[in-house]
Amino acid sequence: MENKKNTKKFKFLPHTADRKFQAFGKTPEEVFKNSALALFNIIYDKKISEKKKFKIHAKGKDLESLMYNFLEEFLVLIDSKNFLPSKIVNLKLNKKRLNIEAEIVGDSAEDYNISEHVKAITYNEMFIKKIGDKWISQVVLDI
Amino acid sequence: MEIKKISENIYEIPKEGKMNVPVRIYASEKILEDIKNDKTLEQAKNVAHLPGIINTSIALADAHQGYGFPIGGVAAFDLDKGVISPGGVGYDINCSVRLLRTNLTKQDILKNQKEILEALDRKIPSGVGRGSSFQITKEEFKKLMLGGAQYLVEKGYGQKEDYLHTEEEGCIKGADPNKVSEKAIKRGIGQIGTLGAGNHFLEILFVDEIFDEKTAKAFGLKKNQAVFLIHCGSRGFGHQIASDYIKKMEQEYGTENLPDRELACAPIKSRLGKDYYSAMCCAVNFAFANKQLMTHWLREEMKYFFPKIEIEVVYDVCHNIAKFEKHLVDGKIREVCVHRKGATRSFGPGREEIPKAYRKVGQPVLIPGTMGTASYVLVGAKKSEEISWGSSVHGAGRVMSRSKAIRELKGEETKEKLHKKNIEIKSRSFKAIAEESPEVYKDIEEVVNVVHDLGISKKVARLKPLVVIIG
Repeated sequence: MENKKNTKKFKFLPHTADRKFQAFGKTPEEVFKNSALALFNIIYDKKISEKKKFKIHAKGKDLESLMYNFLEEFLVLIDSKNFLPSKIVNLKLNKKRLNIEAEIVGDSAEDYNISEHVKAITYNEMFIKKIGDKWISQVVLDI
Repeated sequence: MEIKKISENIYEIPKEGKMNVPVRIYASEKILEDIKNDKTLEQAKNVAHLPGIINTSIALADAHQGYGFPIGGVAAFDLDKGVISPGGVGYDINCSVRLLRTNLTKQDILKNQKEILEALDRKIPSGVGRGSSFQITKEEFKKLMLGGAQYLVEKGYGQKEDYLHTEEEGCIKGADPNKVSEKAIKRGIGQIGTLGAGNHFLEILFVDEIFDEKTAKAFGLKKNQAVFLIHCGSRGFGHQIASDYIKKMEQEYGTENLPDRELACAPIKSRLGKDYYSAMCCAVNFAFANKQLMTHWLREEMKYFFPKIEIEVVYDVCHNIAKFEKHLVDGKIREVCVHRKGATRSFGPGREEIPKAYRKVGQPVLIPGTMGTASYVLVGAKKSEEISWGSSVHGAGRVMSRSKAIRELKGEETKEKLHKKNIEIKSRSFKAIAEESPEVYKDIEEVVNVVHDLGISKKVARLKPLVVIIG
């Protein structure tokens, strides 16, 4: 579960079969980063070493689809490269062109026990919006 | 929300607003109360908005909240006016269950219970990050997408009867690997023969009770016999195919007129509708092949313990699928596109889709329960073709969220409780055990009794677990 340090970054909401979270940020970049952290937090609850580095790239036609495609890249890395992401070291969001480039560090999955296997990102109840001076996202994950 | 009782175990939400048809709920009063606790019925109403839906949007007794369609949802669509929706199949395309019978008894397993548990856990990769020892080239992988379980049997991983006793004979027609993205191939190629995680499992159970001697005999089941149950799907391969086509359909047809973006769909006869079906069939065949390989490995591993062991496939049923089937609509037999999302086909006697060995009695309907209670073997019945598009339930259905389960239940305690009941369990983490604890599901007996009383499938045997490996 999220620790105190993380409570402001994201929170989990009830959902019968799957997992649902909201993430927060002062900027759109931050809300994307914190959404990824919420995803990582569901997948594992231990520290992952920073031994390997991957670059990901995602595009969208609106902020929601950009979020879907961005988060999906992590599931693809886990399945195809056996790579567990630990931290996003560099994230560039082009809000106008709706694309994201990010560098991710992490480690090989075989050395860890995973706490949850996320099958897919979904559009169900998804949103990203600015409320006051804060950005907030909501995502339901298929487990 | 107005819910009308039609008769015992049958409820209806009348058509309102932009719904094209009413919602039908097949549940007991008690189960209906559980179902009302989340968004299941709202989602079943959303399904009723889809173009070309025929008669009713159905929620079965095990229904619970999903995304787009509810889990435990069934809907049929007109081929000309209707749509096909990846959200009506689910991300885990052909998440399915295979039952294997053996010539062993409960006592044989109990004598070596822990050793068998450890051996199977080593042999069958589960969880995340444990790839498969079965590695193939991309060209061979494409052949597997076309051939499913049959491809593997031809390569020596099993016997002909294995796929003959599988829905679609383990190889659904219509698959086209050219409709599958490189990303899906990358995710799936290393995962053949892996169990995955979540609610997927491999179990050894014993036949605890027989309700229908004649049908049990036809299925090769008898009291005290040891059996295997494998529950898994198409892994990252199917997840990516679903995801790819949800995005494509949303792009091409938009979701502005739909109540949920996750219900993205395309006309059945459109290029995109056909492409999704062809790609979905590749994932269906992947899932059949996945369980075929595990069956082969089980046979290899169990021979160390029992050199004379015989393991035969009883049946293998799909839980997440869209299919073209002939059904009676307005007094005429015609082909429709049935979406089953967390539902089992439940054809009664006579249907040509049923393997010859079972055609006289009806198809086996396999309903996994929870790891601490029981699983059921039922037989399909004609009534299902009249009221539920030839479908029945697929499991107990969750009532408690995963996050609540982790907060309130302790995996260690569940493991200990099961140990006292003579059930040995293995999992990647106690958290995973907590999430799948018996308490998080509806009462399987109650669910099974509803479909039995409705007559859409009939009880044949109850199975109780001895060895459980969860992903």
